[in-house]
Amino acid sequence: MSKIIKQFRPALICLLVMTVICGIVYTGLVTGIAQLIFPHQANGSIITVTLKDGTKKDYGSKLIEQEFTKQQYLIGRPMTVSNLSPTSDEQKKLVQQRIEWWHSFDPSNKADIPTDLLTASGSGVDPNISPEAAEYQVARIAKARNMSEDAVRSVISKYTTGRFLGFIGEPAVNVLQVNLALDGLI
Amino acid sequence: MSNIVLQDVFIIGLLILLAVPLGIYIYKIMSGQKVFLTKVLSPVEKGIYKVMGIKCGEEMNAITYILSILVFSGFGVLLLWLIQMLQGFLPFNPQGMKAPSWDLAFNTAASFVSNTNWQAYAGESTLSYITQSMGLTVQNFVSAAVGIAVLFVLIRGFILTQKKTLGNFWVDLTRITLYVLIPLSLIVSVILISQGVVQTLSPYKSVSTLQSGISQTIPLGPAASQIAIKQIGTNGGGFFGANSAFPLENPTSFSNLIQLLCILLIPASLCITFGKAVKNSKQGRAILAAMLILFVIALSVVTFSEQNLAPHFAGATVAGNMEGKEVINGVGSSSFWGTATTAASNGSVNASHDSFTSIGGMMLMFLMQLGEIVFGGVGSGLYGMIGFVILTVFIAGLMVGRTPEYLGKKVEPFDMKMVCVVILMPLLLTLLGTATAVMMPGVTTWLTNKGAHGFSEVLYAFSSLANNNGSAFAGYNANNPFTNIIGGIIMLAVRFVPMSAVIFLAGNLANKKFVAAGEGTLSTSNTMFVMLLIGVVLIVGALSFLPALALGPIADYFTHRGI
Repeated sequence: MSKIIKQFRPALICLLVMTVICGIVYTGLVTGIAQLIFPHQANGSIITVTLKDGTKKDYGSKLIEQEFTKQQYLIGRPMTVSNLSPTSDEQKKLVQQRIEWWHSFDPSNKADIPTDLLTASGSGVDPNISPEAAEYQVARIAKARNMSEDAVRSVISKYTTGRFLGFIGEPAVNVLQVNLALDGLI
Repeated sequence: MSNIVLQDVFIIGLLILLAVPLGIYIYKIMSGQKVFLTKVLSPVEKGIYKVMGIKCGEEMNAITYILSILVFSGFGVLLLWLIQMLQGFLPFNPQGMKAPSWDLAFNTAASFVSNTNWQAYAGESTLSYITQSMGLTVQNFVSAAVGIAVLFVLIRGFILTQKKTLGNFWVDLTRITLYVLIPLSLIVSVILISQGVVQTLSPYKSVSTLQSGISQTIPLGPAASQIAIKQIGTNGGGFFGANSAFPLENPTSFSNLIQLLCILLIPASLCITFGKAVKNSKQGRAILAAMLILFVIALSVVTFSEQNLAPHFAGATVAGNMEGKEVINGVGSSSFWGTATTAASNGSVNASHDSFTSIGGMMLMFLMQLGEIVFGGVGSGLYGMIGFVILTVFIAGLMVGRTPEYLGKKVEPFDMKMVCVVILMPLLLTLLGTATAVMMPGVTTWLTNKGAHGFSEVLYAFSSLANNNGSAFAGYNANNPFTNIIGGIIMLAVRFVPMSAVIFLAGNLANKKFVAAGEGTLSTSNTMFVMLLIGVVLIVGALSFLPALALGPIADYFTHRGI
């Protein structure tokens, strides 16, 4: 027992010292560097737009998905987290419903729907869709906006990021940025 | 698919390339040698010893070393519990978070002190900035350092002879934190911030959405600093609830690559450290090879299942399983991450494991059930694997009727008893925990999925808890008093009982004389031994878990195969 009590003092002091070093000094240092060098990223990659009348408006974070349901917008992935097994009946029903929704939303489009538009992400706020999922929507957006398909495509490709080093990860289209650009806001 | 293979090969190659210098560096830290950071950090180090009243040369025997770990970790649980319960009264709480329930706070405290980082809460809706940084971040560092310190002790057991002391816990803890974990975390956090991981003390940001103009809340906080050490220290506890699937925690393919490498970096490096320390680098390489082989097999199974076993629908493109996965990661990076995080006892996720295919999910579960020794937690993975090495030496010794020995130390009954504690404790608690949970009334209300996949959720939960992993099939609603309390106790028991056994083993080994290697000595660094070791690991794992896996993922697979 006395052996245990003998450890109390160094243990307590050590814990407090580590709390100061790792909790305060380290976290503070990283926060300082972040705010100094990367203030935009460190504060949530917020997209701020200066409107025509000179006021500034925050339209969201580049990294957080927003809901789009109108014909003239690029539409992202379902904003939900399911945790369902991909082979479960519940999940199959959900995917079936989404297929039907897309068919009624865009009846003239007979192409196969890319899977990422039919499945929920792990975060529920995936800001990206695959280039195939964007291409699937080009004709509809062009028609709704009275633009040429190529004009829509060029906006999409502007906000598409490729694989890192050309082979790591997957290419992705940022939905919010594309829609802001289509609306002429960025 | 060829892209995925290229990416996987690249990451593993890069890992090995980085592990060699880091492993040698960690060896220097362990043995108290000078490194390039000594000039800057040694005044800080000496200052810390002074405040703590420690003399540098003072060494501890096994019992004292264990007691200091237990007392230190005990205070750690208490302090972390108190910070959570009092967060409503503490500063740096811009969202006005109140105290969580006492059992949830206990579970979280036990979880972070035991390097598990099981989370029955979502950070952005539960914890204040002060709890995250002064509570959780601190334990992210020190729990990892404790694991590495215990590995150092075991290594000293092999290299010392006729000694009773094994080093000083406070010195080991301080040196690992100061020279290894903090510098690495600093570099990684700055890289992550450049990619878009948030790091601020400002309150959450309210923005208006483009289409409907309704307001949307963007959660913020000092995240990057914690995420860096969560990956490096095989902790795995996300700053946000969705962990590294959440875009503000892991925004780009590059940030994903960095976080992925960090999961395996120190566990792989420590194999090199081990070889260097026992002055026979082949021994470290043999263990690393065994880990890599098991890893590549698991990775192939997971990737194949995720790519090919998802259901197909009329009117949709034929592709891999994207449910629960982010677009930037796709099947490839999500499968690699899932394999790495369960192999290495990290427990962070960049996709929903619950939504993996049944066979993919089974592989993740099985990696944990093997005892977190395929890389495993920092320090704990390698000391667990060395336990399996000793078991293999013992079995091989029995087969040829010779006293088993490893690295010149005879393996005797006391050593084998300790090894058995290390190996049996996690698998016993996994099975007992699962069995108890499924007998609880109302267990089905905790589950999202039905049938066999529902059982998989429970089995995954207790495999994770009882192996200090921390990831989950998140459909399992973990925030209930039963899972909080029993889970908390399991995490602490499975961390500190085997850990104590390892230190006792080290103490016993350090006391022994070296025996000269003779003609009949079993080589522990050739291909045959690596295969033997892999065989023993797989047999112990398969014998323990095949029945349970048959009820869960295997039944799940066959039920839904006709798609």
